[in-house]
Amino acid sequence: MSYYDFLFVIEVLVGGLLSGVMYSLVAIGFVLIYKTSGVLNFAQGSMVLFAALTFVSLVERGIPFALSLLITLAVMVALGFTIERTVLRPLVNRSPMTLFMATLGLSYIIEGAAQLVWGTQVHGLDLGIDDTPFEVGGILISSFDLLAAGIAAAMVAGLSAFFYWTRIGLAFRAVADDQFAALAVGLRLPRIWGTVWTAAGFVALVAGLLWGARLGVQFSLSLIVLKALPVLVLGGFDSILGAIVGGLIIGASEKLAEVYLGPFVGGGIEGWFAYALALVVLLVRPSGLFGQKTVERV
Amino acid sequence: MAVQALDAARLPIDWQRLALPVALIAVAYGLIPAYASSYLVEAILLPFLALSLAAVGLNLLTGYCGQLSLGSSAFMAVGAFAAYNFNLRVEGLPLAATMILAGISAAGIGVVFGLPSLRLRGFYLAVSTLAAQFFVQWALTKFGWFSNDNPSGVISAPHLAVAGFSLDRATGRYLLSVTTVIVLTALVWRLVNSATGRNFIAVRDNETAARVIGVPVLKTKLLAFAISSFIIGVAGVLWAFTYLRTVEPAGFNLDRSFQILFIIIIGGLASIRGAFLGAAFIVIFPLILSRLGAFLFGGLFDSGVLDMSQRIVLGALIIIFLIAEPNGLSALFDRLKRRIGSRSS
Repeated sequence: MSYYDFLFVIEVLVGGLLSGVMYSLVAIGFVLIYKTSGVLNFAQGSMVLFAALTFVSLVERGIPFALSLLITLAVMVALGFTIERTVLRPLVNRSPMTLFMATLGLSYIIEGAAQLVWGTQVHGLDLGIDDTPFEVGGILISSFDLLAAGIAAAMVAGLSAFFYWTRIGLAFRAVADDQFAALAVGLRLPRIWGTVWTAAGFVALVAGLLWGARLGVQFSLSLIVLKALPVLVLGGFDSILGAIVGGLIIGASEKLAEVYLGPFVGGGIEGWFAYALALVVLLVRPSGLFGQKTVERV
Repeated sequence: MAVQALDAARLPIDWQRLALPVALIAVAYGLIPAYASSYLVEAILLPFLALSLAAVGLNLLTGYCGQLSLGSSAFMAVGAFAAYNFNLRVEGLPLAATMILAGISAAGIGVVFGLPSLRLRGFYLAVSTLAAQFFVQWALTKFGWFSNDNPSGVISAPHLAVAGFSLDRATGRYLLSVTTVIVLTALVWRLVNSATGRNFIAVRDNETAARVIGVPVLKTKLLAFAISSFIIGVAGVLWAFTYLRTVEPAGFNLDRSFQILFIIIIGGLASIRGAFLGAAFIVIFPLILSRLGAFLFGGLFDSGVLDMSQRIVLGALIIIFLIAEPNGLSALFDRLKRRIGSRSS
């Protein structure tokens, strides 16, 4: 392998790692909800779409950037608490599968509503970020991806700080650890769930803005849920660290596979490669890399 | 639910219970072929039958055996494309044999993608069934051999005939469809009331407990995947050959998988009747909604709005059913029957 081949591998790897961060960004929203309420929220992708579409439509109507951001955030808070009230509360104590199917229904509602209100056309979203690649030691790196990675890192740091140093964060952790014990010591589960869904809505907004700037804001944005699922499975559903490591692994190996494996099978493998990779890891570790192992009792 | 299944198996044949199925069969073979308009057959009955069968198959796996699958339409695709190829490449293969071979192909793929279920539980398994969804769709599009090198991967239904009788007309296709559905449904009904069916339910209700009392869990799960995929595969043949006549791999996408899952949620999990009620609902509901929308909003209700409101209403219905009637239309139907029964007596 020549020096340039080596550089090329590194470049592909770095590009893959950075796009993996974009996957993690979506996956973190799932983890937040799964950790505290045991629900695999399939609607996370449609929340991403909803947030991005709301924001971009507001901006297009001439509302200033910051105000649009605030309004969208307020809408996501309302959405989070409405979901808690209308979907989660009536389904409390039901099996995780039931809740999952409910979020499937929820994703249909949110997608439909978002497009019914804002229309189905594709919106361009310009965050004012320059996307010219720059060179480091002979390797081209996308500055947009780098910025996205920075934002993701800041968000994870912020969330971790929130979890460890605030009272609500403490309550989150208590609920994640043991719902019944949390209820017994007087934590208000409905409020906590509402807050968690709001937090997930915030994550969805950030992911929606970055993905939207990359792909344009349109229906296919809600399909990134399908990109995030293998990341989640790989990392474990209940670990933020898992979501990040999983995203990096999937992003990097997906890009490498596309370049080195793709030509042999005719390309287009990005649709399922991540799933195959996640499956292989699962066969060795059935709860993902960082997921909590379940104890089985009769 | 488990208790009900036990009772059904212990009782001798109950003729009153058989009255309804017999009446339905009479309608299916007598009234419908004679009087139904071709619109009713082509646009409502054929998709209804194919989706019902797919839902019966998925219900076996998800409703009875408790293994959530999000890849049903991949197995429909395997069935449809396998049938197309068997028909194309084996000279003079009878239609029934083609359908059975297609089902067996789907069952084979189903077992392969069911293997992870031996290690994985719940959501981890559900996500891994998505692998089947994406992989199958990719393979069918990518390798031209499957569609006989059609540039866009489209396959068209061959000439359908049984023992020299052509079934290409709407009524013929309907009879083929309805016969297949009745035969397979009867077999599934026998299965869920047998010891194997009870093993399915035991694995669903508590896998560890099932293992402790001696249910062969691994075998049971793989069997559920195989039989379920077989049925869904045959449903795929019906979908492609009797209903659409021309399909592409993209027609068997994730939305179709969700649609079949929604059928069994709305119809009722672990209920054969539920699969039919749910399928009827899913087929008729868009028609009603479009009429209703046009009636209420007139010209404002264009196809885009219809599409979106359909999604919203469908999603809302899923949630409402899960909250208010987890056993679906099937349970609703039972309650209604009891109420009518108590009033008349």
